[in-house]
Amino acid sequence: MSSISPQHVADVVAAAIAAITAAATGEELKQVRTQFVADGSPISLINASLRDVPADEKAEAGKIVGQARGQINQAFADREAVILHAEEQTRLMTEAVDVTAVASRRRVGARHPLNLLMEEMSNIFIGMGWEVAEGPELENEWFNFDALNFDEDHPARAMQDTFFVEPAERHLVMRTHTSPVQIRSLLSRDLPVYVVAPGRVYRTDELDATHTPVFHQMEGIAIDKGLTMAHLKGTLEHLARAMFGDGAKIRLRPNYFPFTEPSAELDIWHPTFRGGARWIEWGGCGMVNHNVLRAAGIDPTEYQGFAFGMGIERTLMFRNDVADMHDMVEGDVRFSQQFGMVI
Amino acid sequence: MRIPASQLREWVDLPSDATPEHLHEALVAVGFEEEAVYPNEISGPIVVGQVLEFTPEPQDNGKTINWCQVRVAPGDSEDSVRGIVCGASNFEAGDKVVVTLPGSVLPGPFPIAARKTYGHVSDGMIASAKELGLGDEHNGIIRLAELGLDPEVGTDAIALLGLDDFAVEINVTPDRGYAMSIRGVAREYAHATGVSFHDPVDALTITPGDGFRVVIDDTAPIRGVVGCTGFVTRVVRGLDRSRRTPAWMVKRLALMGIRSISLPVDISNYVMMELGQPTHTYDLNKLSGGITVRRATKGEKLTTLDEQVRTLSDEDLLITDETGPIGLAGVMGGATTEIDDTSTDVLIEAATFDPVTIARTARRHKLPSEASKRFARGVDPLVSRAAAQRVVDLLVELGGGTADTLGTDLVHFEPRPAIHLPAAFTATLIGVDYSTSEIETVLTDIGAVITAAKDGWDVVPPSWRPDLVDAPGLAEEVARIHGYDRIPSAIPVAPPGRGLSRSQAARRRVAQVLAGAGLTEVLAYPFVTTEQNVLFGSADGSPVAEMTLANALDPNVAQLRRSLLPGILDIAKRNVARGLTSLALYEIGAVFQPSETTGSESIPVGNVRPDSPTLDALYGSVPEQPWHVSALFLGSVTAKQPDQPAIASGLGEALDTVRVIATAIGVDVMIRQGSHHAFHPGRCAEVFVGDTSVGFAGEIVPSVAVGLDLPRIVAALDLDLHALINAAPDHVVATPVHVFPAATQDVSLVVDIAVPAADVRTAIIDGAGELLENADLVDDYRGTGLDENHKSLTFALRFRAADRTLTQQEATDAKLAGVAVAASRHNATIRV
Repeated sequence: MSSISPQHVADVVAAAIAAITAAATGEELKQVRTQFVADGSPISLINASLRDVPADEKAEAGKIVGQARGQINQAFADREAVILHAEEQTRLMTEAVDVTAVASRRRVGARHPLNLLMEEMSNIFIGMGWEVAEGPELENEWFNFDALNFDEDHPARAMQDTFFVEPAERHLVMRTHTSPVQIRSLLSRDLPVYVVAPGRVYRTDELDATHTPVFHQMEGIAIDKGLTMAHLKGTLEHLARAMFGDGAKIRLRPNYFPFTEPSAELDIWHPTFRGGARWIEWGGCGMVNHNVLRAAGIDPTEYQGFAFGMGIERTLMFRNDVADMHDMVEGDVRFSQQFGMVI
Repeated sequence: MRIPASQLREWVDLPSDATPEHLHEALVAVGFEEEAVYPNEISGPIVVGQVLEFTPEPQDNGKTINWCQVRVAPGDSEDSVRGIVCGASNFEAGDKVVVTLPGSVLPGPFPIAARKTYGHVSDGMIASAKELGLGDEHNGIIRLAELGLDPEVGTDAIALLGLDDFAVEINVTPDRGYAMSIRGVAREYAHATGVSFHDPVDALTITPGDGFRVVIDDTAPIRGVVGCTGFVTRVVRGLDRSRRTPAWMVKRLALMGIRSISLPVDISNYVMMELGQPTHTYDLNKLSGGITVRRATKGEKLTTLDEQVRTLSDEDLLITDETGPIGLAGVMGGATTEIDDTSTDVLIEAATFDPVTIARTARRHKLPSEASKRFARGVDPLVSRAAAQRVVDLLVELGGGTADTLGTDLVHFEPRPAIHLPAAFTATLIGVDYSTSEIETVLTDIGAVITAAKDGWDVVPPSWRPDLVDAPGLAEEVARIHGYDRIPSAIPVAPPGRGLSRSQAARRRVAQVLAGAGLTEVLAYPFVTTEQNVLFGSADGSPVAEMTLANALDPNVAQLRRSLLPGILDIAKRNVARGLTSLALYEIGAVFQPSETTGSESIPVGNVRPDSPTLDALYGSVPEQPWHVSALFLGSVTAKQPDQPAIASGLGEALDTVRVIATAIGVDVMIRQGSHHAFHPGRCAEVFVGDTSVGFAGEIVPSVAVGLDLPRIVAALDLDLHALINAAPDHVVATPVHVFPAATQDVSLVVDIAVPAADVRTAIIDGAGELLENADLVDDYRGTGLDENHKSLTFALRFRAADRTLTQQEATDAKLAGVAVAASRHNATIRV
């Protein structure tokens, strides 16, 4: 049997703590652990010797040794935390990169702004409960002209610069406007009808800064009981404000279209136009001609309504300061990439 | 239509300081869009001068100039006589001329200053007609005596010759033929501003002629309408052909865009612009017998004024005399009866022709003249007498002729039936409660005759408004003339909508997802060549049915596309040519697939709903135009960057994009080895939904790519988007997500190199059963240890059970079951 000397324990603790404190790296700390903490270290030998302590001293000695071990372990844990933290900091410093020069692994894509614009305009009408209607680009003349009150000999028909498809006597044309979608909607949908028809249209214009033979329109038609030209005006005003801000206004001027009567030219007051706020011609509109309603089998004494249409290219030109039509049709990726996913 | 302000002023009270802007503003308000302004481009001092004396001075260059002393002001002051150098020689001492003094500006602009020339200081210029903007004549200076003028020296020549006039140009919509005249525009200006309108027709004293025989014999009216319903002729004899067109008329014609030709022709044109009625002037002595108006016989010939021999259609309306055709009615006169420089006796024709007949003839013979444009839009059938009289009056006054009693007075006009306009109709269409008097005033002002009828009015529109045929047309007049600004705003309430259709929503998702995946959207024209349609629209190079534009802008590119690939390749080529050598593009667009039944033999009339069979035939006449999606990749996915080499673009991107598209649509696709003659024979995938092919993805045949000035490797795809969307399930049926631990195992199978990896994978999946959760191909090894006909495919397999933790043995058993199927289908063996 032998006793444990408190002084010896204190010396062992002091030596261990001194060594722990002196350790500067994880590697040194590992050696300190072997020497002063692990099995075979002085404190563990003392701990092992507890079994030889006389029974009446055991409680006191166990307490001394336990406290000593606690001191050493705590010191070790504290030191270990400090060193690990320091080493982690050092490692993070070495891992630093120039975030302005990190290699990218993906391309960045873009929508075509004409499609974005048509979608944005469609969304405004969807928000009012309207639906989006579509129809074929290669169309029967009846839908493109006759049903829309274009008499086969009316000058307005010759003025449309139509692409015909061979053989021309088979009555197929590239649609000159999205209006055939209006008549298709009236023929196929239950009344009342509130639809917009965005899409591609064709005229025999050579490509230049302001013309393209293939372009886009957004048209709308509403047929219901009790609709008047005031509803036309209110709807267009809402569209203008939704697209150009609360400062936007519209103005209607008398004009002529075969499929509407009265007919009007639509001007928009563009509050943020480059070069100052001004009126800009935007599209055409009017009350749907009774002959168009009759072509769809609708009784004009019961239902009437309004229609409107505007060019998407033209809208993009004055809305987004696009100066030349070529940019919209050539597919140069630099043009679309200015817009990204947002118009 | 261009309107000289001075001419408008004759029929309405135009403010004396009216500007072009004022005219445009007034006319736009009633529906005439602003087109252009032809401003007054001249400023003084420009005065009447008198040549006192001149000395001809021959020059070294062979020309002779005249050194003139010209009195430009009365009195004795030093400035009243100027020395002026003049290159012309068509004058004599004593002639009164037009002198542009230093400080004046002529059209050009061409400022006049005192300048040294030919050894003299020329203190101004003696002007020619051309220099003053009075026409093209440049054969010398203006001698005022020739214009019948003898003003005081020093008189302001700008006012004297009307040089300060200007014109505005407006767009006249095709429904309003009457506004292709000063008379019609003056009436509209009065509507817009409230000033009074003086009808020029009222200012004429009309004396009908008699005794000249005219027969209208139309045996083949078009659409049941007789080609000619009015034919007025008048005769003027003894014209003094030395008379020139007065400056004011030349100036006005010039402002209207019409060149001065000769006095009789100028008068005819002038009256057409003034009253809207085209007239024709024949040399009376070249006419044989009376005139017959009839349809041409097919193949009949006529030499028109422009010396062209026209081969006629049996729809063309002819003016004929005993010798045969002498004019294409309403479009162009014939050569044989044309007036020439010596014609002194003339027959004037003012006729009323059917708009459809004239429009078709003008279009058929490509002769869109000022006359045919007016006839095609409808000329007031009651203005022919007045127009003939006006021409006669001007030929007498300006041409020195004598009006003859010989003529024809054939005017057939049936007043149009009255339109009933219910009192409440205008308000319910326009949304404005116009008062009774507001409605009545407008209808009266536009020239209609109104009578009170049951709950409204019966309205007979004026002869010059064939466009007014129903109540909405009358309501439009009320709204137009009171101004659209009176219309209030109201937002209609649509019934609840269903948002985008399934197909619309799917297409938007595809578009968004592709842009998000790094592709840039493009929109190509759908016009291609037959070669392109065959190359890209057919898998094996056999001909494809295609639609052809009858009037393509470029006849070499006249086909409608069967594939989106030609367009996207063309756009790629343009980008590459501009130095953008790494591209990822996509397009969503329609392709055109004609069938045997494309088109219609005939189509129904427009203003009534066709019956169901007719309507179905119309729907069926239009070829299928399914949406496709295409994509194209070339160059690098990313360029070389720090610590990262360039990542080359290629087939993998095209196939990934197929999967991205399928995911956006929610449809399962399968990719199989494919064959398409536009794609690399070993790098072409065909895409299937079930057993249905929906398109191809792969690398374009390198020689095709290089032929388009593109790099050798161009990956692309073209899928039938419509078919993909239609194949997608309505909604996703979810399966439970199992959470017991997974067991993973790899397996390497040796198969013949011709066996597609996807088939081996399918075999493993089929054999392993429901415990197999996932199978990924992780390696395709060829080489050492294998003969050259075999490859080793390694799959990483993940197994999981729904209800328990799997043992390794269970996983192994499932794997071996999969291997067994692969062995039986593809002779696969486990590589050891």
